[in-house]
Amino acid sequence: MSTESRIQIETKNLNVSFHDHVVLQNIDIKIPAKKLTAIIGPSGCGKTTLLKSFNRLLEIQDDVKIAGQILVDGKNILRPHLDVPDIRKKMGLLSQKPYPLPMSIRDNVAYGLRIHSNKNKDEIEKTVEHCLQEVGLWNEVKGRLHDPASQLSVGQQQRLCLARAIAVEPEVVLCDEPTSALDPLAAQQIEKLLLKLKKDYTVVLVTHTLRQAKRVADYVIFLYFGMVIEQGPADIFFNNPKNPETKAYLSGEIS
Amino acid sequence: MNRRKLRDFLGTKLMLVVTVAVSLLFFSIFFLLLFKSLLIFEQHSLTEILFSSSWNPGFNQFGLYPIIVGTILVTGIALIIAVPISILSAVYIAEYAPKKVRKVIRPFIDVLAGVPSVVYGLCALLFLVPFVKDVVAPWFGIETTGYCILTASITLAIMVFPIIISLCVESFHAIPLSLREASLSVGATKWETVKKVIFRASAPSVISAVFLGFGRAFGETIAVNMVVGGITRTPSTLFSPGQTLASLIVSAYSDMMSSPLYESALMMVALILFIVVLLFNIFGIFVLRRANKRWNV
Amino acid sequence: MNKRTLEENIFKILMMISISLVVGSLIIIVALVIINGAPALSLDLLTQTSSGEFYLGAGGGGILNAIVGSLLLALPATGLACLIGIAIALYLQKDFIHSWLAGFIRFSLDILWGIPSIIYGVFCFLIMIYLGMSASVMFGIIALTLLEIPIITRYMDESIKLVPIGLKEGAYSLGSTKFETAVKVVPRQALPGILAGILLGLGRGIGDAASILFTAGFTNRIPSSIYDSTAALPTMIFQLSTSSLPVVRQKASATALVLLIIVFTISILSRTLSKRYMKHVIK
Repeated sequence: MSTESRIQIETKNLNVSFHDHVVLQNIDIKIPAKKLTAIIGPSGCGKTTLLKSFNRLLEIQDDVKIAGQILVDGKNILRPHLDVPDIRKKMGLLSQKPYPLPMSIRDNVAYGLRIHSNKNKDEIEKTVEHCLQEVGLWNEVKGRLHDPASQLSVGQQQRLCLARAIAVEPEVVLCDEPTSALDPLAAQQIEKLLLKLKKDYTVVLVTHTLRQAKRVADYVIFLYFGMVIEQGPADIFFNNPKNPETKAYLSGEIS
Repeated sequence: MNRRKLRDFLGTKLMLVVTVAVSLLFFSIFFLLLFKSLLIFEQHSLTEILFSSSWNPGFNQFGLYPIIVGTILVTGIALIIAVPISILSAVYIAEYAPKKVRKVIRPFIDVLAGVPSVVYGLCALLFLVPFVKDVVAPWFGIETTGYCILTASITLAIMVFPIIISLCVESFHAIPLSLREASLSVGATKWETVKKVIFRASAPSVISAVFLGFGRAFGETIAVNMVVGGITRTPSTLFSPGQTLASLIVSAYSDMMSSPLYESALMMVALILFIVVLLFNIFGIFVLRRANKRWNV
Repeated sequence: MNKRTLEENIFKILMMISISLVVGSLIIIVALVIINGAPALSLDLLTQTSSGEFYLGAGGGGILNAIVGSLLLALPATGLACLIGIAIALYLQKDFIHSWLAGFIRFSLDILWGIPSIIYGVFCFLIMIYLGMSASVMFGIIALTLLEIPIITRYMDESIKLVPIGLKEGAYSLGSTKFETAVKVVPRQALPGILAGILLGLGRGIGDAASILFTAGFTNRIPSSIYDSTAALPTMIFQLSTSSLPVVRQKASATALVLLIIVFTISILSRTLSKRYMKHVIK
């Protein structure tokens, strides 16, 4: 890994199990700041679990056991007595399918702002506009900010969710196969946005399409059956993989 | 082959007949009650029945006002007690309780729902009546026998807990986990997520749960009859005895055969009860179905 | 602690209070019935019929007539409701009926479910008077049947709806007719839900007082035919509890204890049975 970028997220011996079924085993990874890191691997290998462990979303489900360390900016976020909402605020999430909150387009973006800041109405209005512009949605929705968010198309909803995430000024944007539910055109828009975002944010992208990872990733982590098989900068990973399983995956023999 | 076909034909037709008969049941109930209450409408105007406050069948006076007031008070206060407690309990069960606790509490709620109403009535008689008489009323400096509006309301509240709780828990569970994640991942606390997202997303189901709870409370007969006091006078305080529509039918049935007009008056009470509960249930079920469609349940 | 955590903690406390009130009230109910009823519970109470003195003080027989009466009312009623329920539930499948009509029938069943039991009692009472008959086992059974039909039918319907379409297709492809598939294949798959519905209906029927108060009447004897009136556990509790004598009220609690034991047994049975039959079900 290039030495110029600092480490944003690091896991040390991370183990996760659901209902005594081990999902992640001895995960040791480093995710560089202000880069786009892709987590790839066949479906069911624990990619989403790994992603959601970064903002402690796993624990809202039943029977989850998490052991090890997750260091964000050098601090372990698994330690007890921690302000969990504060960690989550630092990590925006873009999920597989867009889930707009049951409120208007504007309120969706303003949702996090109202919780965290004491901004007045005008400032909130301004931030909402700024965030919607960032995701290229402003021109499409500026006339109907008070309509329910559910009236937007799926692609628009996904961009709205992105706007909602960046409105609270996170440091990291976690993306869980954000294009899998979208049509190719909408998917392309999201991909472009992610590339734009990595200038200001650390982007972690879970994807199961290799081509997408090749197009956008700076750094790649390959998971297989809950273990990290290989990780490294994208050009090395794709052009010169060391591990035989990585080679098999890249050549399409395992999927 | 022919026997098979015949059996199929007859079996299918029999199923059709039974289905139609049951579907028509509530029309038959409605028309029978309506037909039976015609007599009272011939002799007394609807406004007189609804707003006159003297209920005195022996003297041909059938003013339902005190009973309607009693019913509204008993049901209303029961809901004021039951709704917040039930919704908070449902939030706890669905969102906060660890799995182990949830696994114990859910059957508990089911058991509570299965307790016969006469047992609720008996327990109210044994515990609530003296409790209200000796503990609650003296706080307010009021004397009461304990057989009063408040006692009936508390009894009803406990009876509708399980209805509202289980419907709310179900509707909270129907909300996709990802919606919670969406809210939590911008740094909202659990309670903020409940307050701003879960409540909003499940509002229709919660409202319909309250309506169905209302229907249950409004029509409850035996338990109310045992503790409400059974006096057909407009209650002046919550510690006054009163009477409700459903409970009146039970109290009066033994002498209702004494005059056709009295019988007709009671059938009209049953008709009012039927219509009100019907309207509330139709509304509740309607809203619930629309709500379920939203999450494709 | 900041304002946000403070608000959350306040509501957490309110939630704990609420859930304790709900669970506490159930515990109080059960405790009251046991504490007041257990001392009066005896073999005599369970094996003798009541006499006039029974309602006026200590002694005077038992509640055998009510126990037998409850069984005589609730079991046939559940059986009838079950037959009617299965016919409707099977008919509501897509194979027989337009879905909007099925929707309407489900809607009316849901509404019937919510109708207060006193209305069913009054309805059957009116029919009884019209026919010039008097309160009897027969009309008690009819009232309870009407009360149980919506519960049992909707339970059966919901579990039949979950039968995978592939299973039906399998039966059709073997040459079964719609009726044969509906009657022979579908119920097997839906059995756990059907059983749970039947037992729920039975529990509701055996505990209801308002519907049988006028229709089944009340008597101290065990009925010898379906034209005789009969006591039942809920109506017995209602009768006994009107007394102001502690001794008689104790009998009411003892009767309530018997009723609760029956209702809880049914509820536990329903859980275990539906779990056991679950293993025959293709998921």
